[in-house]
Amino acid sequence: MVSRTSFRAGLTGLALLLLTLFAASSVRAADDDALRTLLMQLREADFTEKATLIETLVNMDHPRIAAILGALPESRLYYQEEGDRMVIALGDDAEIAIEDAITGQPLGQVIKRDLDRVRVNNHLRSLIEDRLASLGLSSADPGKRRAAVDAFLRNPKPEGAARLKARLEVESDKKIQELLTAALALVDLASPDPAVRVQAAKALGGWTQPEIRGPLLRVAAEDSDATVREAAKAALAKTEFRLQMLGWAETLFFGLSLGSVLILAAIGLAVTFGVMGVINMAHGELMMLGAYTTWLTQQYLPVNWSLPVAVPLAFLVAALVGIAIERSVIRFLYGRPLETLLATFGISLILQQLVRSIFSPLNRSVATPDWMSGTILLGPLEVTLNRLVIIGFCIAVFALLWLALQRTRLGLEVRAVAQNRAMAKAMGVRSARVDALTFGLGSGIAGVAGVALSQLTNVGPNLGQNYIVDSFMVVVFGGVGNLWGTMVAGLSLGVANKLLEPWSGAVLAKILVLVFLILFIQKRPRGLFPQRGRAAEV
Amino acid sequence: MRFPPWLLSDRAGLVLLAVLAILGIGVPVLNLLVPPDHPLHLTAYTVTLLGKYLCYALLAVSIDLVWGYMGILSLGHAAFFALGGYCFGMYLMRQIGTRGVYGDPVLPDFMVFLNWSKLPWYWHGFDNFGFAALMVLVVPGLLAFVFGWFAFRSRVSGVYLSIITQALTYALMLAFFRNEMGFGGNNGLTDFKDVLGFPLHADGTRIVLFVLSALALAGGYLLCRWLVSTRMGRVLVAIRDSEDRARFLGYRVERVKALVFTLSAMLAAVAGALYVPQVGIINPGEFAPLNSIEAVIWVAVGGRGTLVGAVIGAVLVNYAKTWLTGALPEVWLFALGGLFVAVTVLLPYGLIGLLRRREKAA
Amino acid sequence: MSELISELDAVGLHTPVEPVDATHGILLYLEEVSVSFDGFKAIDKLSLYIGDGELRCIIGPNGAGKTTMMDIITGKTKPDSGRVFFGQTIDLLKLDEPAIARIGIGRKFQKPTVIEPLTVLENLELAMSGAKRLRGLLSTRLSGEERDRIGAVLERVGLSEHGGRRAGILAHGQKQWLEIGMLLMQEPRLLLVDEPVAGMTPAEMERTAELLRSLAGAHSVVVVEHDMGFVRSIADQVTVLHQGRVLAEGRLDELQVDPTVIEVYLGAGDAYH
Repeated sequence: MVSRTSFRAGLTGLALLLLTLFAASSVRAADDDALRTLLMQLREADFTEKATLIETLVNMDHPRIAAILGALPESRLYYQEEGDRMVIALGDDAEIAIEDAITGQPLGQVIKRDLDRVRVNNHLRSLIEDRLASLGLSSADPGKRRAAVDAFLRNPKPEGAARLKARLEVESDKKIQELLTAALALVDLASPDPAVRVQAAKALGGWTQPEIRGPLLRVAAEDSDATVREAAKAALAKTEFRLQMLGWAETLFFGLSLGSVLILAAIGLAVTFGVMGVINMAHGELMMLGAYTTWLTQQYLPVNWSLPVAVPLAFLVAALVGIAIERSVIRFLYGRPLETLLATFGISLILQQLVRSIFSPLNRSVATPDWMSGTILLGPLEVTLNRLVIIGFCIAVFALLWLALQRTRLGLEVRAVAQNRAMAKAMGVRSARVDALTFGLGSGIAGVAGVALSQLTNVGPNLGQNYIVDSFMVVVFGGVGNLWGTMVAGLSLGVANKLLEPWSGAVLAKILVLVFLILFIQKRPRGLFPQRGRAAEV
Repeated sequence: MRFPPWLLSDRAGLVLLAVLAILGIGVPVLNLLVPPDHPLHLTAYTVTLLGKYLCYALLAVSIDLVWGYMGILSLGHAAFFALGGYCFGMYLMRQIGTRGVYGDPVLPDFMVFLNWSKLPWYWHGFDNFGFAALMVLVVPGLLAFVFGWFAFRSRVSGVYLSIITQALTYALMLAFFRNEMGFGGNNGLTDFKDVLGFPLHADGTRIVLFVLSALALAGGYLLCRWLVSTRMGRVLVAIRDSEDRARFLGYRVERVKALVFTLSAMLAAVAGALYVPQVGIINPGEFAPLNSIEAVIWVAVGGRGTLVGAVIGAVLVNYAKTWLTGALPEVWLFALGGLFVAVTVLLPYGLIGLLRRREKAA
Repeated sequence: MSELISELDAVGLHTPVEPVDATHGILLYLEEVSVSFDGFKAIDKLSLYIGDGELRCIIGPNGAGKTTMMDIITGKTKPDSGRVFFGQTIDLLKLDEPAIARIGIGRKFQKPTVIEPLTVLENLELAMSGAKRLRGLLSTRLSGEERDRIGAVLERVGLSEHGGRRAGILAHGQKQWLEIGMLLMQEPRLLLVDEPVAGMTPAEMERTAELLRSLAGAHSVVVVEHDMGFVRSIADQVTVLHQGRVLAEGRLDELQVDPTVIEVYLGAGDAYH
């Protein structure tokens, strides 16, 4: 109902505009009789004729056009023998309310069997849909106007040009102005005058839509006039450049999103490895626990609410498991990094099997909340919302961790122990407690990273394994004990991976990045941002 | 024949060699000469299983040489094992000839399947046994040397080295999974028919392969034992315990490391090359980081820096694996994980360390 | 050419040793050497000359740059600027640690660093010059001449009765002597000795002083030490380092009345503790 009202309002507006501004134009205000004749013809015509009639109908200036065109594709336009008139049905039951198609006057309830339907096929439906959209040109809603121009672009007809010109005169939205100009240029591209075609081609450069690029490509190849072809080629070059820029922007975005995932996976490790010098091979499995926590939360909470609950919960679960690992195993192995590596690897195997035994070896699907699904326009770039959210989430986690390390008492103690364990101890820092809490913190962040991962990949017992090598590479690349290094390393590795992918394929890109890292670490064993001086020698 | 003093003083090593000699004679007898219905008869399955253990033991010895004596924890040694396996697998693949599913005289089945028209250049020569055997040593050895040369020269050590060796095997795994690499992708190399004209499924061939594995293990053990008994062995220990001291004494630590790392990789490769004809398949899964790290734990269980411990650990853990994955598959990873933790926390010197402590206490 | 040979030899243990030329009576030249870590000048235009056969003590408060100076001489740290020569001809900045060790500079670390799982004999064997070629490395037994050399050093450092014991179970002082013994096996022209008597009993200190004094003459010895009593007992010539520079040089009794030295040790020196 709502849409029909707004259509009617829109149409009235259009009619007024046309009357006042273009009284002498080819589009004439039609009277009821003309409309009636046309509708009667429509009833009896075959589908080809119907198409022509609909085109005429669209260009008629009558307040009921929108209503009729709305009813036609839904097969609600009928001929009523009793009264010999065209009616619009307002529902689809056996007994339905009808109104007069031309006047809009309610005609009460009738039995559907007594009506004679005006048939349409899918081709006509899409034709009508197109035409209806172009009627939206005068809608008050800029989105509808935009859609109307887009619809025109898909099927540019010289007849519609006048309407577009009219709209352009009054259009206040800059974007739509540009789009209208492009649409008009697209019409001009078919002009018999080569000079007009050249101008049109020039105007169309930089528009990346296939609806514009396609005709331009055709002109560049087939136009009879060489100057027009040249102009089209020049315009296409502009388009290509823009497409390329968009492509780069998209790659960059994917890179940033992958980078955020890498950072999320790696900063927890940067804390345990960088601060404590402990290699935690079970880090990936702590992420896996976070992902499973998300899945469990969704079993009890509506999906839209699950993530805000899952984040703290995952932090807690992973942190507790982390502290348990530290207290039961790692604290016996301080100063023996290689042994720590092996022991935590054993723990990772146990955690994997534990999850496999409890939750089955199959992958669990974690649902994406509505507010994270779909896409959003970021300038000219269309990006998926979940990736955008994860980038933001990564920044938030990073900022929180940084604040925690810089501004809290625990953070101070952690940094003190990291720089000089013996001295910190002498100053009264209870290093055993700090170790446990640091490990808990790093593990908790792994859990939180797991929540983010659950939105991107399958949640299964092997989730962690896929990230462990990558996240170590990020930490080592960035320089151990340097959070900012981890950030820069994560982002640059993410972007590098995505930059390589188009020409090498995903797997090869990954291999190339690994090989690069292996070479890099050999050149600069202390990473991008090494800690220097005496402390680093230990 | 007179034993050199370095061997005479190695009691555990002599026991190991004796056991290998008994196996090398006893297994063929029990398999070939004892009739199948006799309770003492060894089935072909058991022979292959034992042969597999011996290959694993050689891999463990190669890891112990670099980890136990030189302090380099390689988490990528299974890569050298697998590369050796692939090199020999390529020979076996070429031996199939027209007996493949597609019957192409030159191209292995998977290449025909991928619509390749000719053999990639790096497959040439592998139809020759001698060349393939040489490549078993050269390819992994070269990789280890180049990798070690760069890594050790830039003083990458400790956990950093462990992590990049893991990255190395991970990268290789990803690469070998790709069909375009020309090594059969996912499926790897399999469906082997014969080696040097002897059918792989025949009992006699299996026995010969088993005996060769026992000889290779004995040879590998002797080589490593001799090496650690020389002055070079003391240099290795010096590098392990105090790299700086070794350097300031005038040793080019990085070159010693690269050389011994290469030698170790070649031993692992020989183990892989013997392993492939016995199990009949090699695929990219062999590069999985878990394989390398599992092999490290064999060494840890037996006791590192003892060589004999590596053999004991490899055999024991793999026997347990065979038994557990058959009887209680869910328990295996718990057991393996627990083993990692228990050995590192409670038994830093492994079973050999435990035995020695007992001996001293007695 | 020598570069090529050393590259060809994979283990790199065969590096021709250039004889050191100390004809001007100076064995080690440090000139205008500077190095900084993250903006902190650890060594600041340091110039120092060590005579042939001299026994020199270097003292200075914590952070004066003593250990960094040793790192530079032995090739562990490359200075930002300056020249370091061994004798007239050998530019130490062009050599790495093993090469520097082989041309005759031995270094004892602050913390005694012996290879604990090996026996005392094996430790000395490890350090033996001439044993570092590939063929020597791959032998499993000692020649008679090598045995004699090791025996002589054992006696010199007073560990003759401990040859077969594991280095790990030696007393702290014995480990220090073993390390000095390892240096001697290298047949060095210059010995750099970092805090040799830290943690020693007075009797052990006395023996160590005797040992170091006996080395001077045939070798140049540079000792970094905190213990003034010990310094007095061994050195004729003492250098005071402060903030990466040479603050004063001379005989100890002169230095002890030097006002700038007193200032550093008693005045500003307090700020370090």
